[in-house]
Amino acid sequence: MQIGELFKKNLKYIELSAKAGEDREERVDSELPSIPDNLFIKCPSCGEKLYTEEVIENLNSCNYCDHNFRIGNVNRLMIIADEDSFEEMDKNMTSVNTLDYPGYLEKIQGYQKSSGITEAIVTGTCTIDGVKVVIGVMDSNFMMGSMGSVVGEKVTRAIEKATQEKLPLIIFTASGGARMQEGIISLMQMAKTSSAIKRFSDAGGLYISVITDPTTGGVTASFAMLGDIIVGEKGALIGFAGKRVIEQTIKQKLPEGFQTVEFLQEHGFIDTIVARKDMKKLLSRILILHQEVEDDN
Amino acid sequence: MTIKEKERKIEELKLKINELKLMESNEKIDFTDQIKELDTKIKDMEKRIVNEMTPWDRVLVSREQKRPSSLEYINEIFDDFIEFHGDRYFGDDKAIVGGLASINGMNVTVVGEQKGTDTKDNIYRNFGMPTPEGYRKALRLMQQAEKFNRPIVTFVDTPGAFCGVAAEERGQGEAIAKNLMEMAGLKVPVLTFITGEGGSGGALALAVSNKIYMLENSIYGVLSPEGFASILWKDGTKAQEAADVMKITANDLLSLKVIDGIIEEPVGGAHKDFIKVAGRIKEVILRELKELQLQSQEELLDHRYARFRAFGEFE
Ligand SMILES: [Zn+2]
Repeated sequence: MQIGELFKKNLKYIELSAKAGEDREERVDSELPSIPDNLFIKCPSCGEKLYTEEVIENLNSCNYCDHNFRIGNVNRLMIIADEDSFEEMDKNMTSVNTLDYPGYLEKIQGYQKSSGITEAIVTGTCTIDGVKVVIGVMDSNFMMGSMGSVVGEKVTRAIEKATQEKLPLIIFTASGGARMQEGIISLMQMAKTSSAIKRFSDAGGLYISVITDPTTGGVTASFAMLGDIIVGEKGALIGFAGKRVIEQTIKQKLPEGFQTVEFLQEHGFIDTIVARKDMKKLLSRILILHQEVEDDN
Repeated sequence: MTIKEKERKIEELKLKINELKLMESNEKIDFTDQIKELDTKIKDMEKRIVNEMTPWDRVLVSREQKRPSSLEYINEIFDDFIEFHGDRYFGDDKAIVGGLASINGMNVTVVGEQKGTDTKDNIYRNFGMPTPEGYRKALRLMQQAEKFNRPIVTFVDTPGAFCGVAAEERGQGEAIAKNLMEMAGLKVPVLTFITGEGGSGGALALAVSNKIYMLENSIYGVLSPEGFASILWKDGTKAQEAADVMKITANDLLSLKVIDGIIEEPVGGAHKDFIKVAGRIKEVILRELKELQLQSQEELLDHRYARFRAFGEFE
């Protein structure tokens, strides 16, 4: 199905993120909320009482403070890609149980049912205000967006396609880190994706990485932090180690706002931060500023 | 009998042999048969230790305080090692060491993760857990090697990259990511030895290499068994069971093609005969560098790319 069709279908009913605290087996420790199935919700950031419907119309963010509720990759593509422009790659690629970890495939099937997607990332091509790009969008609804063989392979194929077709590459990251059930093979995906980015970069390709909530662990320590331009979505969690692990190490509570894109921008690692509603415009401006100017001579 | 108990028993038997030999020479009695018998017993017991080692036993050996550290290997294996410090941005991480050295007349750059040799040293070395500065120092030295066309040899021995506030502030994720990316593009041979713990991204950041070898009792995994158990089973005490399913031993990783070879250790671990183990590593370095240096830059890069490109199974 084209995203455009989904867009029409889903305009009234927008699928909402998995409830915080559910299936929190991966490495993310943040207590980030999602929208409950109620008429009203309270913004966890500014405390305002919001109409759920208004929040949905506002791209799942708060009308007052631009706080972003987590969204899945279908919604993300609806916001970013030009209508009907998305063409998915490797749509049906799914995991196998390389290490024979008990119950892994059942778990995958469970997530496929509950989230309606086959893996923690969709990749493909689309246009953004008319500019063609290769795009990848991770989805934390699927096993906390953890990276195993499928995520690593889809990302690598997307990078290789961008390299071959000389297209800009945009990846929206959202991940709890490595897919534990795939053990060392999930670790190797970090090297695989980073090696592909090296080749893409050497070939002159533009890679914009967009950090969305939450991005941690092996994804942070590989392609999320390798963008030529690293964009943060307002308020998104970004870090290497999980909060709990750090608190255990230093034996004290971490300060408010630690490991947000704002925090890492202050420390020099994020180029720019935007609200969700301004994301497409920003990407489009960056893309246009990378287009070669026609030479008059 | 646990491994430690068996080891103690072996020591006892060895002492007994020495006593018998002493008596033989002092009192002119022939104990040849008895000594032979004891010797067989020792061999038997050693074999049983090796055969009965569980993955968890190897985890314990890999973390053994007496296990030789990277600097010990470097000083034993290479001639004229000069240590260089600092990342040229912020500081000098003590959990990663590196510098210039030579081996049989060949100049190389060596980089290794460094644990402490005692408690005090361990605090100084941050227990072998590098900060971003360490990875940036490593990358600086590796890129220097590339500039002067020297092969690179790295030693991996870390529980993992350091998880602390300062490490996050200075971009631990970015530092590791940058190493993965830039190592993929190094135009010189890169050879890695995992000598102790290969803890996750913190280990991988020195191991995007053409060839990777592991010591027999070292481990390499996506996470520590404790961390794995606490994430997947919400119970950090189930680390032994985690070690069983994680496929972190040298044999497992050889069959998964994560590594290219295993370096044998003496019974009980590398610290029982450090010189012998260092000698075996040296042999591998000489053999591998000889082969890798026959490859063109393009071949080296393609080889490294293909190696990591191949990881992953899917339908
Ligand atoms: Zn708000």
